[in-house]
Amino acid sequence: MKVMISAFVAALVIASLAPVVLNQFGWSSADQTSSESVRLD
Amino acid sequence: MKSKLLGAAVFVLATLMLNPVWAQETPTVDRTATGGAQTLEDILRRQEQLKIDESFRSENLGNPANAAPISGQLGTLGGRSDADIWRSIRYNRIDPTVQSPGPANTVMIQDGGITWYKLREGPVITYGGSALSGIILLLVVFYFVRGRIMIDGGPAGTTIERFKAIERFGHWLLAGSFIALGITGLITLMGRSFLIPVIGLDAFSTLATGSKWLHNNIAWAFMLGLVMTFVMWVAHNIPDKLDWQWLKAGGGIFTNNHPSAKKFNAGQKIVFWTVMVLGFSVSLSGLSLLFPFQLPMFADTFGVINSVLGTSLPTDLAPHEEMQYANIWHSIVAFVMMVAIIAHIYIGSVGMEGAFDAMGNGQVDLEWARQHHDLWVAEVESKQDKGGSS
Repeated sequence: MKVMISAFVAALVIASLAPVVLNQFGWSSADQTSSESVRLD
Repeated sequence: MKSKLLGAAVFVLATLMLNPVWAQETPTVDRTATGGAQTLEDILRRQEQLKIDESFRSENLGNPANAAPISGQLGTLGGRSDADIWRSIRYNRIDPTVQSPGPANTVMIQDGGITWYKLREGPVITYGGSALSGIILLLVVFYFVRGRIMIDGGPAGTTIERFKAIERFGHWLLAGSFIALGITGLITLMGRSFLIPVIGLDAFSTLATGSKWLHNNIAWAFMLGLVMTFVMWVAHNIPDKLDWQWLKAGGGIFTNNHPSAKKFNAGQKIVFWTVMVLGFSVSLSGLSLLFPFQLPMFADTFGVINSVLGTSLPTDLAPHEEMQYANIWHSIVAFVMMVAIIAHIYIGSVGMEGAFDAMGNGQVDLEWARQHHDLWVAEVESKQDKGGSS
């Protein structure tokens, strides 16, 4: 059961890290749909 | 490519079956009386929501080669009239210059949305929801008719290692993320129809936002789990003659005899390949949805189908149409997977004594293993004997 719970935790960790990594590589919606000069963030 | 091709073929057949309007023949209309323009018959067919051959309009876009001299009265429009240009906009046949980037921003009108919306809100929810309800009902009936499949003669009391920790980790990574994806996907698809009337708009807004976040991001864990389980188990899931024997015996589910099996029996191999093929397909369409307009794949797939089967599926798809196809296909594949996995969960838990231990702590009762995977037990014991004697 420890393996099962650690896999569930790993899935949540991956889910949490995914948007951070994607943003880092310029795959955010803002990056894809607007240029830097008009972005508000 | 073959799985993609097969998937697209199934999708087309399913779509035609679910949406008979798409399968209607369009009659040839004599438009000489209107000089090639719309006729009363066109209007009446449209009012009855019947299919119309729109080519008399979509192909009638004027010819720039017929441009009048720049000094002439129609010089600014070249050889095209206002109506020609508006038809070009209507059928997405122009290449406008836009200031904001993105492949979809040059599309000014795309009317596939209403067909997609009706398909999504109608047949996809109806048939998908019915399939889920149906399999659950079937399993409940099966449980009461067949009862729990017990270990004949009771457990041996000694155990054998069925799956290593890394195998169980890969399985649960895949399973946990799939369940999360299934629930959040159903909330996204059906929430507007079924949850808003119960929990209200505000609560659903929070739930839908959270579901969308989880669905989009836990998908990576699903894809990792899919790759892990494929690499670890594909060698054990190659079909062989033994599987046919197992299937002919019905897996021993309805009788008390236990057909021989190695590490995975034919039923488990079916689940494995279902998960792998459909999981790959749902991941592809999911990636297409995750990165809107960046990964169009249906036009190319339809092109391959057309060249192989001689069909005339549309290959000139607007970016929005690509997303609509991806969304519908994603939903259909996900429903098929959910049906298969619900049955898998049943037989791996309440349906069979001792089955859950295989993925619970990795140790299964020796008698259970001998009854369901006798050849695998013999193989493991043979290896242990060789290891002990050497």
